[in-house]
Amino acid sequence: MTTATMDEPAPGTAARPPREPRPGLMTSIRRSWDRHWYAWAMVAPVVIVLAVLVFYPLGYGTYLSLTNANETNVAKNIGPVHIGATYHWVGLHNYWQVLSGKDGDFYPRFEWTVVWTVCCVAVTYAIGLAMAMLLNRRVKFRLFYRLCLILPWAVPAFIGVFAWRLMLNSQYGVFNDIITSFGLPAQDWLGTPLSQKIAVIMVNIWVGVPFMMVALLGGLQSIPGELYEAAEMDGASPLQRFTNVTVPGLRPVTSTVVLLSTVWTFNMFAIIYLLLGNNTTGDTDILVTYAYEKAFTGVSDYSGAATYGIVILLILVAFSTFYRRQLKPEQA
Amino acid sequence: MRRGISAVAMAAAIVLGVTACGGSGSDDKNDKGSAAKDPAAVSGTITYWDTSDAKNEAPTYQALIKDFEAKYPHIKVNYQNVDFTTVEQKFKAAAQSGKGAPDVVRTDVGLIPEYASLHYIAPLDGTTALSDTQDFVAGPMDTTKYEGKTYGVPSVTDTLGLLYNKDIFAKAGIAAPPTTWDELIADSATIKAKVPGVEGTYVNPDSYFLFPVLFGEGADLADPAAKKVTINSPEAVKAVTEAKKIYDTSSLKVDFASAYDNMQTSFKTGKVAMLVQGPWSVGDDLTGSAFQGKEANLGYAPVPAGSTGKALAPTGGHDLAVYQGSGNLDAAYLFTQFMTSSASQQTIALKNGTLPTRTSAYTAEVLKNQTIAGFKPIMDTARPRVALPQVGSLFTPLQQEYIKILQGKSSVQDGLDAAAKEFGKLLPGYTVQ
Repeated sequence: MTTATMDEPAPGTAARPPREPRPGLMTSIRRSWDRHWYAWAMVAPVVIVLAVLVFYPLGYGTYLSLTNANETNVAKNIGPVHIGATYHWVGLHNYWQVLSGKDGDFYPRFEWTVVWTVCCVAVTYAIGLAMAMLLNRRVKFRLFYRLCLILPWAVPAFIGVFAWRLMLNSQYGVFNDIITSFGLPAQDWLGTPLSQKIAVIMVNIWVGVPFMMVALLGGLQSIPGELYEAAEMDGASPLQRFTNVTVPGLRPVTSTVVLLSTVWTFNMFAIIYLLLGNNTTGDTDILVTYAYEKAFTGVSDYSGAATYGIVILLILVAFSTFYRRQLKPEQA
Repeated sequence: MRRGISAVAMAAAIVLGVTACGGSGSDDKNDKGSAAKDPAAVSGTITYWDTSDAKNEAPTYQALIKDFEAKYPHIKVNYQNVDFTTVEQKFKAAAQSGKGAPDVVRTDVGLIPEYASLHYIAPLDGTTALSDTQDFVAGPMDTTKYEGKTYGVPSVTDTLGLLYNKDIFAKAGIAAPPTTWDELIADSATIKAKVPGVEGTYVNPDSYFLFPVLFGEGADLADPAAKKVTINSPEAVKAVTEAKKIYDTSSLKVDFASAYDNMQTSFKTGKVAMLVQGPWSVGDDLTGSAFQGKEANLGYAPVPAGSTGKALAPTGGHDLAVYQGSGNLDAAYLFTQFMTSSASQQTIALKNGTLPTRTSAYTAEVLKNQTIAGFKPIMDTARPRVALPQVGSLFTPLQQEYIKILQGKSSVQDGLDAAAKEFGKLLPGYTVQ
């Protein structure tokens, strides 16, 4: 953009000719191409990849969500069978079904998804910050501690989740072995919806803490030590140093990791799906696992699953926009 | 990441598809008559998706494929083992797009109506795939029918029975396995009292294992003739009330996240005395401390009967189905015929201990296998499930409500009413009481 204006004669250097009529769209595209063809060529691969991998599926998903398509009424060309598509446009009907609560599934799932996200992000952040503070001090074997605490991150999520599932097993799990050896009664860790919810939150925190810790440790190290020294000279208590130096100093890192963590947790499919298996009451499904069930059990409901997908996307876009707006004045 | 994989898979599928067409192009043009007259002239490559256990069962199928290729030297079979739990979605995705779909797929009997209604699998009446149909046992043969046509060829069959630990029964002084659910409850109480640390049974919260109780009261998921959802009928309520009673009085406490594994571990280590289970589990049972080297300790009985007096369990097992869009139907039909022939079924039965679907395959040698001998009489109690394309979808809401009932979160009537309401959404045109 700046190069474009640079080429025009600087204002006031010569008698400015009367302004030309605005060039047509084609002309402006051609002119832009002539001037910036190099830039276009450079971004073309990215644009094409994005178009194929993001915009096309997104557009097609949006289209499906406005129809009543499912596996029985889409077009089929299989060997001798040629059946045209018989699904049709239903406008916003699917969205109305979901958002008005008529399908009876959306709001209970949404409520639990929000509880799940808030609990996970808040506790993960708190523990991550505490550990980062501990590791930011000069202690012996600091590198060893850091490596140990990053370990959950290095384990593939599904292996970690299966390990937890084995440990939480009510009959043959190690947790119950430990507590019964102390004479306490065995617990059914994954037995009721409430305990299942607590378990999935716990495991997700275990998976999420290392990322938080590493990110916040980086943030802590970027706070200049002089600020702490100055605060100490002024007689600030440790708590005051924390609230007035550490917290503001971490703000840029915090805002980013909380946003990222929220989006990830909101759509965290693997932990809930893998930890609890198939024998659940459905109360522990978050929006994403519920959409998966719609699309991938029995006769697939494409339009229903697409609707949930778009609704999830809109919720997250709305949240991100709102969150960034809120943060801007604080950062300024 | 997933996109990357699917792109690679798609590329591989396209390449495979091209080579398959290249190999068989000239034969596709042949009229069916000549191919049927001279099977030896059929040539090309076909892909077979096997869902048998990759470690224990698959080698038998791979050996049979070698025999097939020796018999028909112009046909090459591309064997692929696909996990049983994911094959439904994989096959449907491939079948619909036509990319990477197999020519022949081993299919759980419960999926035939769904695949057939979606036009994924070919009707086989009058093709070479079906031969000696009168030799097939009636139950497994019924599973291949959808709207009057035959969409599969029975390969192996199974049903649920009552497996029990004879030692524990002897210790408790019980002479014979229970024949009704009430007897099962009474026997469990005796076992619990007389054999310390052992419970009667382990209820599997998977809704498939609810079928024997439902059938025992004459209940079912839905009635396709009357277009009615029947899962909340008085009979079904009675059945689930009984199931809940068994769970409360006679079962080891269920771990819902690992129900199946814990059930197996508890039974094979002698912590529970009896299980409602299928023949597929016996191989695993025999690795446990209660049965290892003591195969005779494992008893086989039909599932207990309900108040109707009839012991009934769902027909399970696998059929071979042919993909309707296969580029080489003639070879696929021949392969299906070969794999389901009496000779092949005997080989499979002898090596894998699964039950054949042909009467002629139950030879004296096959019946020496204890599992097959144990389950053969039980097969008389097997009856088909309702042949609805949506059966797969119905399991999810039923399962969720059944678990709520077992956990005591909702009453039997409320839970089944909620399941019926969900069924109504999935079965257009059906009335819900």
